[in-house]
Amino acid sequence: MTTTTVTTPAAPADRSPATTGSRTRAGGTGGGSTSTRLRPGAHKENRIGWGFAAPFTILFVLFLVWPLLHGLYLSFTGQSLTGQGGELIGFANYAEAFADGAMWRSMLNTFWFTILSTIPLVAVALVLALLVNTGLPGQWLWRLSFFLPYLLASTVVSLFWIQLYSPTLGPINTVLATLGLPQPAWLQDPDTAMIAVVATTVWWTVGFNFLLYLAALQNIPDQQYEAASLDGAGRWRSLWSITIPQLGPTTGLIVILQVLASLKVFDQIYQMTNGGPAGTTRSTVQYIFESGFTGYRFGYSSAISYIFFAVIVVISIAQFSITARNRKGAQR
Amino acid sequence: MTAPAVAPAAAPGGDLRAPTAERGRAASRGGGSHGHAPGKQRFGAMGVVSIVVLVVLAVLWLLPFLWSLATSFKSEADAAATPQTWLPAGGFTLQAYRAILEQGNIPTWLFNSLLTSIAITLIVVATSALVAYAFSRLDFRGKKWLYVATIASIIIPPQVLIVPLFYQMLAFDMVDTYWGIILPQAIAPAMVFVLKKFFDQVPIELEDAARVDGAGRIRVFFTILLPLSRPILGAVSIFVFIGAWNNFLWPFIVTNDASLLTLPVGLQTIKSAYGIQYAQNMAAAILAALPLILVFLFFQRQIIKGISTTGFGGQ
Repeated sequence: MTTTTVTTPAAPADRSPATTGSRTRAGGTGGGSTSTRLRPGAHKENRIGWGFAAPFTILFVLFLVWPLLHGLYLSFTGQSLTGQGGELIGFANYAEAFADGAMWRSMLNTFWFTILSTIPLVAVALVLALLVNTGLPGQWLWRLSFFLPYLLASTVVSLFWIQLYSPTLGPINTVLATLGLPQPAWLQDPDTAMIAVVATTVWWTVGFNFLLYLAALQNIPDQQYEAASLDGAGRWRSLWSITIPQLGPTTGLIVILQVLASLKVFDQIYQMTNGGPAGTTRSTVQYIFESGFTGYRFGYSSAISYIFFAVIVVISIAQFSITARNRKGAQR
Repeated sequence: MTAPAVAPAAAPGGDLRAPTAERGRAASRGGGSHGHAPGKQRFGAMGVVSIVVLVVLAVLWLLPFLWSLATSFKSEADAAATPQTWLPAGGFTLQAYRAILEQGNIPTWLFNSLLTSIAITLIVVATSALVAYAFSRLDFRGKKWLYVATIASIIIPPQVLIVPLFYQMLAFDMVDTYWGIILPQAIAPAMVFVLKKFFDQVPIELEDAARVDGAGRIRVFFTILLPLSRPILGAVSIFVFIGAWNNFLWPFIVTNDASLLTLPVGLQTIKSAYGIQYAQNMAAAILAALPLILVFLFFQRQIIKGISTTGFGGQ
């Protein structure tokens, strides 16, 4: 089924330098082919190639390509879970979505969460990696401390933090009370709910970026530091003139990946606040989920999915072109 | 468009082929002396500040965990007492664990999580390695199209597919089945890219030699390339397994039957069912967290390596 979707002729042999060497030899052994369009042996290679590609391609088409296309179709219908309203209704869902205050609200919440979370998730990860990379003893313990939360399921994290944020029983407010500071209701207060969710997210996932930074730090050649220290540069100076600039490309990638990950937020917010109080933390993915599986409006949910998808594509393209331009600028 | 983002993954991927050198470096690092000032042990004022800050942060990061652990060993009465203290008035007890194991389905959920995560990991690793080899070494009609489609699909957020995927599960009669949990999670285009980059770096001469001796493509793949790729396959497996083990949204949508829930989804039902049982909530959370933490303690080096290698390709 997958072969029929792709009908371009085989690429000329010399386009693929990696395989040309072995291909000539394959020609000698693959006797049976009589095609005039393909060299002898190419048929066999074609068959083997698709043999290797088939298992992935079948899953890819069934569970990614097809749902993507079907979702687009659904977004132009009034489809509901009960099977009614399957007929095409044009752009009605999109028109409704663009006029839907709740949809815009969820988008703004998502952007706000992305901004609030990306900054500390990159900055804290960098600071942690720099500190650990100074070569203090007990490396495994530091890595364990900062990376451990990343291994927890979202529901575990939510259970932990609902308790920590508890207005009366939570240790956070107990400490604040002893210090004589005001004790907010955290997850129940519209002014603090988003910040509370962001703090939890930083605790939970910063270990991932931390590891990426740590790996990048260890790839900076030692000679650069040796040269700098011969020139009399201290540690602080080396940090700003060698380490940080060398980490530039890594930082660019981490920011891109973090923005994309933060935009997709759902689990911890759904579990900790269920989008509340008063919709102040409801993310776009939660709105997609609720329209589809609480409101049973598959068509409308698909339309919001596609709007959201388009937003993600635009943001990705913007980020990649900024990074590419920066890199070009740096080379000059 | 996504290609440049993932490209640097190839660099750490290359490291994997020189594990001894890397290990030597890591060991000397762990030993306390550091490359920044080779040969010299400098813990000046900045060093002391670094240590203090690091210790404070590490404690801060471990505290939520320790607090939850402490709460899980309290009686429900102590867990709801004000003000809360580290040491409960009534002493520590296993009550909460006993209660949660008696009434909950935690062993079943644990089994479901293990089964589905292992299945997802095996399918992803097997299918991705095969197609990555085809992309790297073989020529076939439509290869370019398939490759471009695979790379482009890295950008698709799985969350936008939940409605059509659920529709499809209804059509395939897979709602509330293991296959329904497994199959939609069993594709990872980013991992195909990571593996293809790795295969590209393996010198073709190794295969050519075997092929001169008459070995076919399939034999070359299994006897030469796969053994060489063990570290990267391990890294990909770890990455996929952690993702599958902790995935919440899709299993939450596709399962309803309490006997089919995975651990993360099951926990959510506990939370709603016994909302005010603090000690029991924490005991359940700790039990759910334990398996992966134990795995991490045993395979720390491999897991850290795996994340650093596949991290840029994996999101």
